[in-house]
Amino acid sequence: MQSDNKIKLVLENGLEFQGYSFGYQKSTDGEIVFNTAMVGYPESLTDPSYSGQILCITYPIIGNYGVPEDQLDSYGISKVFESGKIHVRGLVISCYSKNYSHWDSAKSLDKWLKENKIPGIYGVDTRHLTQVLRENGSMLGKIVPLSGGNKGKIADPNLENQVDIVSCKKPSVYGKGSKRVVLVDCGVKNNILRCLINRNVEVVRVPWNYDFNKIAWDGLFISNGPGNPQLCTEAVENLKVAMKGDKPIFGICMGNQLMARAAGAKTYKLKYGHRSHNQPVRLSGTDKCFITSQNHGFAVDDSTLGKDWEPLFVNMNDGTNEGIRHKKKPFFSAQFHPEATSGPTDTEFLFDQFINLL
Amino acid sequence: MKHLKSIKKVLILGSGALKIGEAGEFDYSGSQALKAMKEEHIKTVLINPNIATVQTSEGIADKIYFLPVTPYFVERVIEKEKPQGILLSFGGQTALNCGVELYRSGVLEKYKVQVLGTPVQAIMDTEDRELFVRKLDEINVKTIKSHAVESIEDALKAAKELGYPVIVRAAYALGGLGSGFCNNDSELKKLTAKAFTFSPQVLVEKSLKGWKEIEYEVVRDRFDNCITVCNMENFDPLGIHTGESIVVAPSQTLTNREYFLLRELSIKIVRHIGIVGECNVQYAFDPSSEDYRVIEVNARLSRSSALASKATGYPLAFVAAKLGLGYGLFDLSNSVTKNTPAFFEPALDYIVCKIPRWDLSKFYGVSHLIGSSMKSVGEVMAIGRSFEEVIQKGLRMIGRGAHGFVGNREMKVEDIEKELKEPTDSRIFVIAKAFEQGYTVDKVHEATKIDKWFLEKLYNIYVTGKELLKFKDLREIDRDTMLMAKQNGFSDFQIGRLVFKKKKDPDTFAVSVREYRKSLGVLPVVKQIDTLAAEFPAKTNYLYLTYHGTSHDISYEKDHKSIIVMGSGAYRIGSSVEFDWCSVNCLNTIRKSGWRGVMINYNPETVSTDYDMCDRLYFDELTYERVMDIYDLESPHGVVVSVGGQIPNNLAMRLNDANVRILGTSAQSIDNAEDRHKFSAMLDRLGINQPRWSELTTLDDIHSFVEKVGFPVLVRPSYVLSGAAMNVCSNNHELKQFLRLAAEVSKKHPVVVSEFIQHAKEIEFDAVAKDGEIVAYAISEHIEFAGVHSGDATIQFPPQKLYVETVRRLKKISRKIAKELNISGPFNIQFMAKNNDILVIECNLRASRSFPFVSKVLKINLIELATKIITGEKFKVPDKSAFDLDYVGIKASQFSFSRLLKADPVLGVDMSSTGEVGCIGDDTSEAVLKSMLSVGYTIPEKGILLSTGDGKQKAEMLEACQTLHRRGYKLYATGGTYRYLKDNKIQVTEVFWPSEKGKTPQAIDLIQNKTVDMVVNIPKNLSKTELDNGYKIRRAAVDFNIPLLTNTRLASAFISAFCTIDPDDIQIKSWDEY
Repeated sequence: MQSDNKIKLVLENGLEFQGYSFGYQKSTDGEIVFNTAMVGYPESLTDPSYSGQILCITYPIIGNYGVPEDQLDSYGISKVFESGKIHVRGLVISCYSKNYSHWDSAKSLDKWLKENKIPGIYGVDTRHLTQVLRENGSMLGKIVPLSGGNKGKIADPNLENQVDIVSCKKPSVYGKGSKRVVLVDCGVKNNILRCLINRNVEVVRVPWNYDFNKIAWDGLFISNGPGNPQLCTEAVENLKVAMKGDKPIFGICMGNQLMARAAGAKTYKLKYGHRSHNQPVRLSGTDKCFITSQNHGFAVDDSTLGKDWEPLFVNMNDGTNEGIRHKKKPFFSAQFHPEATSGPTDTEFLFDQFINLL
Repeated sequence: MKHLKSIKKVLILGSGALKIGEAGEFDYSGSQALKAMKEEHIKTVLINPNIATVQTSEGIADKIYFLPVTPYFVERVIEKEKPQGILLSFGGQTALNCGVELYRSGVLEKYKVQVLGTPVQAIMDTEDRELFVRKLDEINVKTIKSHAVESIEDALKAAKELGYPVIVRAAYALGGLGSGFCNNDSELKKLTAKAFTFSPQVLVEKSLKGWKEIEYEVVRDRFDNCITVCNMENFDPLGIHTGESIVVAPSQTLTNREYFLLRELSIKIVRHIGIVGECNVQYAFDPSSEDYRVIEVNARLSRSSALASKATGYPLAFVAAKLGLGYGLFDLSNSVTKNTPAFFEPALDYIVCKIPRWDLSKFYGVSHLIGSSMKSVGEVMAIGRSFEEVIQKGLRMIGRGAHGFVGNREMKVEDIEKELKEPTDSRIFVIAKAFEQGYTVDKVHEATKIDKWFLEKLYNIYVTGKELLKFKDLREIDRDTMLMAKQNGFSDFQIGRLVFKKKKDPDTFAVSVREYRKSLGVLPVVKQIDTLAAEFPAKTNYLYLTYHGTSHDISYEKDHKSIIVMGSGAYRIGSSVEFDWCSVNCLNTIRKSGWRGVMINYNPETVSTDYDMCDRLYFDELTYERVMDIYDLESPHGVVVSVGGQIPNNLAMRLNDANVRILGTSAQSIDNAEDRHKFSAMLDRLGINQPRWSELTTLDDIHSFVEKVGFPVLVRPSYVLSGAAMNVCSNNHELKQFLRLAAEVSKKHPVVVSEFIQHAKEIEFDAVAKDGEIVAYAISEHIEFAGVHSGDATIQFPPQKLYVETVRRLKKISRKIAKELNISGPFNIQFMAKNNDILVIECNLRASRSFPFVSKVLKINLIELATKIITGEKFKVPDKSAFDLDYVGIKASQFSFSRLLKADPVLGVDMSSTGEVGCIGDDTSEAVLKSMLSVGYTIPEKGILLSTGDGKQKAEMLEACQTLHRRGYKLYATGGTYRYLKDNKIQVTEVFWPSEKGKTPQAIDLIQNKTVDMVVNIPKNLSKTELDNGYKIRRAAVDFNIPLLTNTRLASAFISAFCTIDPDDIQIKSWDEY
């Protein structure tokens, strides 16, 4: 009765998970990561931070509300997705809802994956897979036919500069306003653009390695992005220069890590990243707590922060760094995603704080 | 400041007896709050007359008062106990209303009692509709508003503002006269014109028909930190009360934007209202845009919050109680992971499905339609990893004979379209029927407005069922197909029924499929509920089984050091919180003795499904299949089937046949007591009397049996189309009428007819035995004569009016039975005594409904004792003097007739109460008064309407009527009663029956204009029959909220109690002071 083809997910340690194929039929590989969010698969799949990764969604029933028709706003930014394409290399789930239901949906998840040539596998014990990833740390893996060979090395996407792959290739301008913000695109999510544009500023989006010190701006924004911050040396060098001045700088996710590195701190790979909608963070030294959306595999080492800097937010689950701020200058950053999409919207006020500094 | 240091003693208000709309969930939330206080070393005082609850057990609260949760009694307790703080939000609406009342009247201020948690003003802002709308208007949050208009023009204006479609309702018109839906101006003009002929004012409201219903559970601390712990989506669209809906968590059809839009609104609302603790926000959500309306906000723990706690593993009540003491969410830890904070939002990697349990067939005259008011008496929660899996699990759990969505007994549906549009308690099965008749998902959606996502999943089950039906033999099913069927929630029995059809004995289905399935290697896996979707390691014992998986989350010791306790399943009429108390106490004793206690249960309203109560909790089915799955994994020392009511008891034989070790009384003995024929033969053998009975298969046989024993008789057909499952028939006419309801009388469907003895005393014998020797016992006596179901009867313990001789003979008979059945563990025998005859009605080799009541009054925990015996631990035989009490306990029943429109509020042989209380007094009258006030009766101040039944009943009531008269009550009576009282020189006013049209005063008018504040209406005969005069009066009393008594013995006892004791003379004594 099961009409879909049987395929399998193979981890680098040889562990296999059998399942059924959906989406595009081809083999794929990458770093396998999990996300415990219960909604938001269209947003997650188009999040550039997942570049190079195969995503396992721990919520077991996926595809329920289909996928909306892509619509672009007046700036050519997608209204429904977080970028122009699906960035994950593959999708791993437990149950796939073939029949979706939503007024705003245009197609099934299966069809969307096919159009984007992204393979999916369903019928996997995603909870077990998550436990394996949790205990072993993130692992490489591949989705292959049942008969597919288990041999052959998988290239580690973290050794590649994923930021360079997903960043825009040339500058572009969005929005109108008396203040100008330079947005360094390390793989920016559309909602960051929307959050800035909606606050009536002119946004100049530049490639990750663009020397923004050559142009005039009122504020600098460093976006989220995939992979290892150590590979983004040019951006860090540019930041060091900008930090000599005292114009406002705000970073999110990868932006937090790059700012920390520019400030002289170290970053390291977490055993298993934070990828969920329910990460609690605390504003350091206060009783203010927030639920945040997160998607990162690397973190800033608090103990290496220089004397001019201090932690801004701390993760309440594992105590890792969730943001830094300069003690005197208007520089601050968040490891989590105040722009949400997908996820909770509790910390969007950080954009207001940034804009108010301009 | 970590928390409010000034608080040393806290008063907690419970919710009283279980009733429709306020059930076991408040035992759970109250117990959690008490646990939280205990952790802080704060002394606790609990007021709750519900003696069967876990929260009113030893060691949970420091002081327990079995008193009514009313301002009068709470004030007296405050006066005595002088607490510094009070918790109002853990005892449902009862506690909240009482608390608001105490605040308004200045009592809390007078005694300087601080309300912990959400301030009373915030509670009032959410309770008062007008204040609520205004409050949310302040922050531009949309609520459901109705515009009152007095002209067609204004109606059009209102509709324009609201947007079509709208509902139009004539104000002040009963029964929905002149109301309807309008989609445009012209329809509105037409309808309002009509509506204005009924009423000068018309209400225009936006129609939210077919909108989704979504709920969020929100927690806020005093530092303004906010989280939403869980959201839930109703399967049934708006229009069906959330308590009547199938509900899933988390929501399934919301996108990210929608989910977080409603989440953001919830937090905004909760902050604005100023909740400190827990709160529930309900939304109506447009299925075709992102438009919403807030339906209501519950500023207290609710049924939904109990469900959310169980659905997520996040202990909402516990956390709310701590926040009430001033803690921040960041101070508290996640009770599952222990090392992450309580400030987080659980990520689920499973789906839960709640299904309500209705017992409408227990009532005569009640409508089976479900809608905006609650009728269900319990609920179940199924956990799995696909909707198909949980809905089928859930439909089995509700225990109404279904095996899942398909594969059930043929159901007759007269008009599918109508039943889809006007949902009843069996709507989900009507959907299955519709698919069978060729309905498409679209067509079902059109009629029901249920989201297609849910319907597609149901259709998937239907298709899988069809596929299974094609197989001619089990062995044709390959592994993939078997696995898929199991993943779609099919039980072994269901698969068997579809594959074997009628070729095999149904009793063998489950075993054969199980065997074959295991040979294919298709086995369920055990998964944990860990609040974080496996992101962090969690040592949690909260488990469920699923077929969507390849690996168990836990490994098993296989050391035979665990004991499985089977719980009691969904609360229903006849089985509720009392068995939860038994289960919890059994687990406690098991664990104290060094065993690991393993619980299987699936009722989210219970304390036994709190994962802190046991070493492992399987939140899963209590079926042969699932218990065997768990037994195979656990390899326990044995299984306890005697503390969870009838469900485990019924499984004993089959488990025994599968070589499961049943602890305590043997399965064979259980069968010997359960099987009517075997039990009867045993009583004959032992020379013990029983009412004459016979199992008959033809109408002729029934008539000749009745001729022999005489009317009245108790008639129990094996299958009844609608209405009560058994009835008392007093004459041939009634017998014929009742048997017409029985689908058939045949060899396959016999009818059991028993002699019915009138004016007999009914006596309960609750006891514990070891190897056939009784170790402890409690004899209690019904206040009503036999004929009122033991679950509805008012019971007094110790008995006050039994002959010493009767007691001696009861004990003798019980000893014989215990010996013969070689009982080890709890059991209960029901006796009837008339003159010098003692008859045995039935015997249950398990704990009975009255175990918590007698245990607490006696102060000997019979379950603890029974458990020690069952597990072979050392125990102390209670001293003989322990049975000599110088106080009296009264257990009174709570009825929920006001929720059950049109149901006849009369008591009979079938149980209809939804809950009970138990109060202790220095004498019967005091205990009766406390308990009657606890179940909602009030002491009349004005007049009493009397219709006291037939001649004999009138005579029984005479003394009470004289007492009332002496006390200066104004008495009103209908014809016969009027004449009888007048003949007996009692001053009384004659009133007229509804059928005596035109004559005044009419009895009903007295009720409607509240001239009387108590009604005594004794039905003349024993059967629940046509909607007669008496019915109309009884129903009016219920509908106008006037205390109603329908039994002479209980009425006399209550009247005597309130005429001899003044409320001020009622002793405010805590349990330990007796």
